[in-house]
Parts: sequence; C-alpha cells; structure tokens
Amino acid sequence: MAESEFVYVTYIRTTREKLWQALTEPEFTRKFWVDTVQECAWKQGATWTLKAPDGRVADAGEVVEIDPPRKLVLTWQNHLFPEMTAEGFSCLTYVLEDKGGVVKLMLTHTMNKKDSKTIKAVSNGWPHLLASLKSLLETGESLPGTDKWPEGI
Amino acid sequence: MSANVDLVFKALASPERRLLLDRLRADNGQTLTQLCARMERSRQAVTKHLKVLEAATLVVTRWRGREKLHYLNPVPIHEISERWIGKYERGRLSALADLKTKLEGEENG
Repeated sequence: MAESEFVYVTYIRTTREKLWQALTEPEFTRKFWVDTVQECAWKQGATWTLKAPDGRVADAGEVVEIDPPRKLVLTWQNHLFPEMTAEGFSCLTYVLEDKGGVVKLMLTHTMNKKDSKTIKAVSNGWPHLLASLKSLLETGESLPGTDKWPEGI
Repeated sequence: MSANVDLVFKALASPERRLLLDRLRADNGQTLTQLCARMERSRQAVTKHLKVLEAATLVVTRWRGREKLHYLNPVPIHEISERWIGKYERGRLSALADLKTKLEGEENG
C-alpha cells in the first residue's frame, strides 16, 4: 500500500486524565509544543487548528474520533509550506493506555501517499515534542527549546 | 517498564538488532515475513531479536487487518540523548555529524 506512516510510543508516569489534559488544553500544549495554540471544541466533527504564536494557522483539520481519555483521531493538513499543503490531509491518532502507574501513549501519523513531505517533517519533530511532554508531566518542566516557536518559520 | 534505559542499551548491543532497526528506518512498517526475507536469518532468530527490541520499545507493532506491522520507535533513543546532550551542544553536534558524513562519503553504523 502506498502510504507514509510512523508510530511512536512513549511511557509517561502520569494518569490518562492528566495526559489527555496535556494534549488538549492550550496552557499545557504551548509549553511542550513550541508555543503553538490548539483551537478546538473537542467533539466529533469539530474544526481543529494549530496556530503559531503570531496567529498564523500552522496546521488544521477536524476531529474524526474522540473518546476522552482514551483515543483522539484528527485529520491534519499543513498550512505553512505549499508543498505540504498540496499533499492534503494526513491523519494523527493518539491512543492512551493505562499500564498501572504509567500511561502508554501511542501516536500514529499516516498519509495515503508514498514519501510524504508532511509525514517526513512531523516525524522529525515528534520525538522531541514527546520527550518534552514526558518531562513536563513527570517533572513539571518541558525541555529547553520546546517552549518557543523556532526562528525563521 | 517506562522506557527502561537498561533494556534500550541491551537491545542496541547487538549488530543484528541494529541491522533490524536500519531496515525499519529505510522501510517502516514491515511484517515479520518481510523482515526475515531481507535478513537471511531464520524466522525464529528474527522473532527473538524483535522481542528484545519490543521490550525496549525501540520497535512497536500495530495490526493492519491480519498483518502485524513493525515500526522503528526512536523515542527512547531521543530520551537517552536528551539526558546527556546540553541545550547549546545540539547544533554543534549536528554540524560535526554532518561533517563526518560528508567526509566519509556515506553513512555507516
């Protein structure tokens, strides 16, 4: 099947409820997700946007499936880079599993297109953001560099 | 359990397991059969290596229909590097790595 995809897993010492909050509430997300702001009503069919600190829409899509605090599926189209916008919608899935004291977070990002530029770009960013998310939940502090929007983008 | 560092180092301390990770990096989301075909190793040997990689969460699996697909999960390696690499060293280290790749002509493990 011609598609681009990655699956990332991290274990975080927290609860599913706290992790869900960290993934969806702007005051948490901006700390580990380079100061971006997510705007969404968090219900099925709702529009989802990820905005840069200067207000530009970086990525947008809609909520395909939402089951707090277990699963969230979003469509995702990049709006900052024309070659990525042209690829259309990718699909991001978070699955949160309780493993007794730790939560397994599985993040899948897929696009029905071989060698997708969007998938390549997000696959480079996610390991750092996930490590920062883990740090934020376990120590109260995100990792240096993940609390600011990168210069020049 | 939580991205156990010992398990990660143990898993990486084998050329065959590193080769499996290389194969997944080149072509992510392979079945056991695909991985075996390219490894020239018995199914049993590859399964054993994959179990060690999965225990370290360096490989994660996902079902698509009846196929179990294997994916490279770089997150534990990233967490290890975060532990020892300082905020301002990242740029210099990546410049050094680029220089090495350029001078040596190709990537090697």
